[in-house]
Order: sequence, then C-alpha cells, then structure tokens
Amino acid sequence: MGHSSAHGENYLNHEKGLWSWLTTVDHKRIGLMYMITVLFFFFVGGVMALLLRAELFAPNAVAGVGQVLKSGDIYNQVLTYHGAIMVFMVIIPGIPAILGNFFLPIHIGAKDVAFPKVNLASWYCFMFGASLAIGTFFASKIDTGWTFYTPYSIRTGTSTVMMVLGAFVMGMSSVLTGLNFIVTVHKLRAPGMTMHRMPLFVWALYSTAILQMLATPVLAITLLLLAAEKIFGVGIFDPKLGGDPVLFQHFFWFYSHPAVYIMILPAMGVVSELITTFSRKVIFGYTAIAYSSLGIAAVSFFVWGHHMFVSGQSSFAGILFSFITMLVGVPTAIKMFNWVATLYKGSIRFDAPMLYALGFMFLFAIGGVTGIMLAVLPIDVHFHDTYFVVAHFHYVMVGGTLMALMGGLYYWFPKMFGRMCSDAWARMSFVFIFIGFNVTFFPQFILGAMGMPRRYFDYIPAYETLNKVSTVGSWLIMAGFLISLYTLVRGLRSGEKAPMNPWGSKTLEWQTSSPPPHFNFDVEPIVTAGPYEYR
Amino acid sequence: MSTDSTAHGKTPTAHVSHHFRDANQEYESGKQGIWLFMVTEILMFGAILVGYSIFHAIYPEMFAEGAKSLDWKMGFINTLVLIFSSFTMAISISFVQKNQTKKAAIAMGTTILCGAIFMCIKYFEYTHKFHLGLYPGRYLDAAKVGAEHANLGMYFGFYYCMTGLHGLHVLIGMGLITWLLIRTIRGDFHSQYWIPVEGVGIFWHIVDLIWIFLFPLLYLVG
Repeated sequence: MGHSSAHGENYLNHEKGLWSWLTTVDHKRIGLMYMITVLFFFFVGGVMALLLRAELFAPNAVAGVGQVLKSGDIYNQVLTYHGAIMVFMVIIPGIPAILGNFFLPIHIGAKDVAFPKVNLASWYCFMFGASLAIGTFFASKIDTGWTFYTPYSIRTGTSTVMMVLGAFVMGMSSVLTGLNFIVTVHKLRAPGMTMHRMPLFVWALYSTAILQMLATPVLAITLLLLAAEKIFGVGIFDPKLGGDPVLFQHFFWFYSHPAVYIMILPAMGVVSELITTFSRKVIFGYTAIAYSSLGIAAVSFFVWGHHMFVSGQSSFAGILFSFITMLVGVPTAIKMFNWVATLYKGSIRFDAPMLYALGFMFLFAIGGVTGIMLAVLPIDVHFHDTYFVVAHFHYVMVGGTLMALMGGLYYWFPKMFGRMCSDAWARMSFVFIFIGFNVTFFPQFILGAMGMPRRYFDYIPAYETLNKVSTVGSWLIMAGFLISLYTLVRGLRSGEKAPMNPWGSKTLEWQTSSPPPHFNFDVEPIVTAGPYEYR
Repeated sequence: MSTDSTAHGKTPTAHVSHHFRDANQEYESGKQGIWLFMVTEILMFGAILVGYSIFHAIYPEMFAEGAKSLDWKMGFINTLVLIFSSFTMAISISFVQKNQTKKAAIAMGTTILCGAIFMCIKYFEYTHKFHLGLYPGRYLDAAKVGAEHANLGMYFGFYYCMTGLHGLHVLIGMGLITWLLIRTIRGDFHSQYWIPVEGVGIFWHIVDLIWIFLFPLLYLVG
C-alpha cells in the first residue's frame, strides 16, 4: 500500500492563491469550499433559530407583542428562512458535499470523482442558487414556510419566484453531485476494491446519490410550475382556475420525503465508520447495513402521502401510506441493532467523534420511534401541525444528521488539515450540544402532545414554562457550537501535527498522508481485504 | 467491475484525463454519466406528464377543445424535422468514428439547421396562438376566444409549459451541437476519441423522444 509523500507536498499547498481555489477541480478542495459555505449558512440559519426561540421565550400576553421580533409577519419570515436555509443549504448538501466529496474518491482508492469539472460546476450552481434564495431577503422577504404550499405561495406578494428558482438551481447542484458519485462508485474503484469491500460510508453515499438523482427532478419541475403559476397563472395548482393545490403537495413531498433520507443516509454512513473504528472491532452485519441503505432509499419513494394525512386524500391512500411508512422502520432498525452489536465486546474509546456517534444513536432512536408514532394515521391526525412534529424532525435532522456531521468533522479533521483538534474541547462541545439539544426539543414533544400548534408567533400562557425551558436549551446548543468553532479554529491554527492514522482506522483514507497528496495516493492502492479488518 | 481495459477494444491513451486509468474507463464513465443525466430529464418531464394525465382525466372535453385549436400539421412537420435531425446526429457520430471529419461536420450542421427549423415553426405557432388570444391560465379570456370550457387556460398552461421546456432543451441542444461542430472542425474528435459527440447525441435523441410523446398528447388527443 502506498505510503505517505515525504516531500511535504499536499493538496493544500499544491497550488496557491484564491484563484487556484475558485478554479480547482480537486474533489478535496471542492469539499472544503462546500464546508466553508455550508458552515456559513449554518451560522445564518442558526441565528434565525435563536431569534425564533427568543421570541417564544414568553407569550405575548405576558411580555407584550414583539418582544424580540416586531410582528407576526416578521416571525413568519424568520421561520421561512430558518427552514429553507437549514434544509436546502445545510442539511441536504452537508455530509455528501463536504465529507462525501472529500472522502468518497479516497475511500475507493480513486484519484478524483468521475467528472471533476461537473463537481466544480455543482459548487457554482449551489452558490448561485443560494445567492438567489438569500437575495429574496433583500428583495421582499418570503413568508410561505420552506414548503411553498399553494395557493398561499401564489397569492403572497413576496418574492416566491426568486426563492423557488434558487431552490431549483440548488437542486441541479444536488443532481450533479449525485450523478458524479454514482459513476465514481461504479467506474473508478481501485483494483481489488469490489463493491463489498467499500466502506459503509460509501454505500450510504451511493444510496443517497440514487435518491438525489431520482427525486430531485420532480422537485425541479414542481418548482418551475410553481414559478410559472405565479408569473403566468397557468392554473395547474390554482383552484380558482380549475387546478389542484393538493397536487402541489403530492409533487412536493414526492421529492421532499426522499429528501429526508438524502439528509439521514449519509449520516448513518458516518456513524457506521465511527462505531467500528472506535470499538476497534469489525462492523457487525456489513452486508445488512449496506443493503439496508438501499432498502431505505427504495421504500422512501412510496411514503410521501404521510405528510398529507389531513389534506383530504382518500382514507384508503392514507392507510396505505401509513403502513408503508412503518416499513421504513425495518431497515433503519437493522442498522441500529448492527451498530449496537458492533459495540458489544468491542474495546470502545470515547474520543469526541465516538461521543457524537453514540449521541446520534441515542437521539436518532428517539427521532425514529416518534416517526413510527407519527406514521400511525389516527395519532398523526391528532399531532399534525403541532410541536410534536417539530420535535420529531429536529431529533432526526439535528440529533441525527448534524450530530453525525460534527462527529465526522472531528474524525476526519486530522486527515483534511493535517492537524489534531483538542479532544477535550471537542468532548466539551459534545456535552453542551447533546444536553442543550435535549433540553430544547424534548419539551417540544410534551408541548405538541398538549396541543401547541407549530409555526405560531404566540401561545397561551399554559405553555409558558416548557417554552422557557426550550429557549434556554437553544442557548446551550449555541454555546456548544461556539465551543466547536473555537476547537476547530484552534486546531487549524495551532493543533499538533496529525500522524497518518491517529485513530488506528483501517479504511483507505488513513493509509495516505495527512493531508493527502494532490492525487490522493502516491501509488494507486491495490485492495486485498475488506474495510474493517480489526482484530 | 470494468477494469479490463481490453474489453472494449478502443483503448488509445491520448486525451485521457488525469484521474482515469485508461481511455476505456473514461469512455464507460462518460457514457454512464450521460445516461444517468437523461434519467433525470425523463423524470422531470415525467412529472409534468403525470400532472397532464391527472387533469386530462378530470377535464377530458376541455383538453379535447384545446387540442382542436392546435394545428396538427405544424406539429407533424416538426415531428418529421426532429426525427430527421436525430438521424443526421446519429450519422455524424459514425462519420467521426471513421475519421470522416468533413461529412461529420455537415451532418452536425444539418442537425442544427433542423433544430432551427423546429424552433421557427414553434415561433409561428406561438405567435398565432397569441394572436388568437390563446394565452396560458388566467390570461386566457374564455368569453373573448369563445371557449366552451371556462378553464381552457389550464390546457394552454400545460401546452406552453411542456413545449416551452422542450423548446428550451432544443435550444440548449443546438448550442451543444454548435460547440461540437467547432471542435470537430478543429479536429478534436476522431476515431480514437468521440465521447462528447456521443454524449450530446444521446441528449439530442432524448429531446426528440420527448417531443414524440408531446406531439400526440397535445395535438392529437380527443
């Protein structure tokens, strides 16, 4: 196996200057460019979240109208931007575009993705789309929620068109990334790297890429039709012209439900890597975990109707969607049990990445089980549009995807930048985020069960205590992420030099120098064994 | 796995990008990439066809009325033009593979010309519809155009969205073939290297194929 380049040349110092970054076709550099932009958007979306929680600290009857956000309209706008930014610019691109771009080719022993120029184009698409979407903030702020439901989104006097075109362009970026990954996995594996020797992170990214490819085009046409509806009044989604607003919901969720798995599958891939590395044990049920990713991807196309139990779709469709939705629990539980079985009798190290992986398992279990609850038709009718749903999907998206992203960042940081982070500080960030997260979102389950509706500017005094707890939790989360930022920046500036393989991992990226050379490996690796040959 | 570089029989080393092992790997990757991209195109048009089918089932007479106001002869001529352009695109690839650069360039030029004819006919169809007041959605005044169905505008909503999106693809295809033509004249493509020609060719065929679905659905229905 090719050993590290001794002459100190790596992808970071291979070329210099801003221009060399903006025109790079190196998947590692593109991954870092995604990292900078996604983290920036995460900051913006996070500030929005803090504003929303601050507004909900006390009901208007107690604190007076507009304690933080001046009016309900402004609240709606902040809510919309928080949702749209976090979904389209943070959680969806997050793991695939940052960690996937950086590590998928290295994981399979390739020099780059199959289409490096397309990869760069996808970053520019992302930036252009994001600029359009953020640009609406300076035109006229949209207030539709991130789902752009018709007919309100057609009637509202705000810049829906610009926003949905932004989402359309970002969708193109997602399609291009997915397409690139699929071809890379099929065609660019190193000699000896069979499909069943690929790390599970690659399997997860591959399943995600299939979803990105097959679901996003439907969102694309839906958003274009929505724009056409608003500009030309084509009538397809407008009941006044004979159209059907529920059709928009069908189209929208046909993408946006698989999109939920675009968000979570890569996270599951990261966790598979972390659990096996830090248990120093071969992963339990490799094949089951690999194929359950594909299983989740397949089932995810047939469950979109569970977002529409109260939309007036037929009750037969409702029952069908309810059962298929519960089916998603099966491949998900397969993963969960295999991870637990991997931990069993492993020699577990509680480094920061492992803490994040265990945190993922704990939070995702809660998010997943409440997901099954919401799949049950009568329960969903009761909980629909309450804070129970808000808590559920935050447990999955933040407790799942973001925890895995943070764990992955800490795990791969030494490889990406050639320096170590302080593990003590990283563990501290975990403690704050994990506790803060539960303090913020667990009360929301109770609030939802008490009947507090989501997306409201105000609430009745009975909900005050739990809302206060929730808001305090949001400050703990903020503290946790600030500690993370400090830890990462400090590691970048003054962390000690990282060895080739600080965690003792077995996958290919740890068999090359930190940071990797321009072409990833000095000699193309020849693979002779599976990815997790721990003893 | 396709690591056997001799399998395809076309394995020269010129033009191979840095991250590919050999020309065969590059060829296979390019081909898979373009086909996957075509899947996304088909899904995108597929969704709008689903919308079309749903509303056609709800308002069959309204769709029949809309189709009647289209000129099927124009659509038919356009269908023939596009099928012929697919043929010229296909033979251009075969000429490139045989190093007959001049013939390949002529075939590509003809393809672009066909695309232009298609767009001209489309232009005349659109302006004629505008002249008659057949606008999409809320801009169609049912009383003024004497429509039997008050929501005839929705049919034209579908008509303009579907043909508009398709027309945009024709324009993009023409642009791509122009790029191919320039590179062909420059001598970039030959019997050893033609991946972009084949890729754009596949794109052009799919765009034609989509029209072959749109034509009966919009012009001949009812």
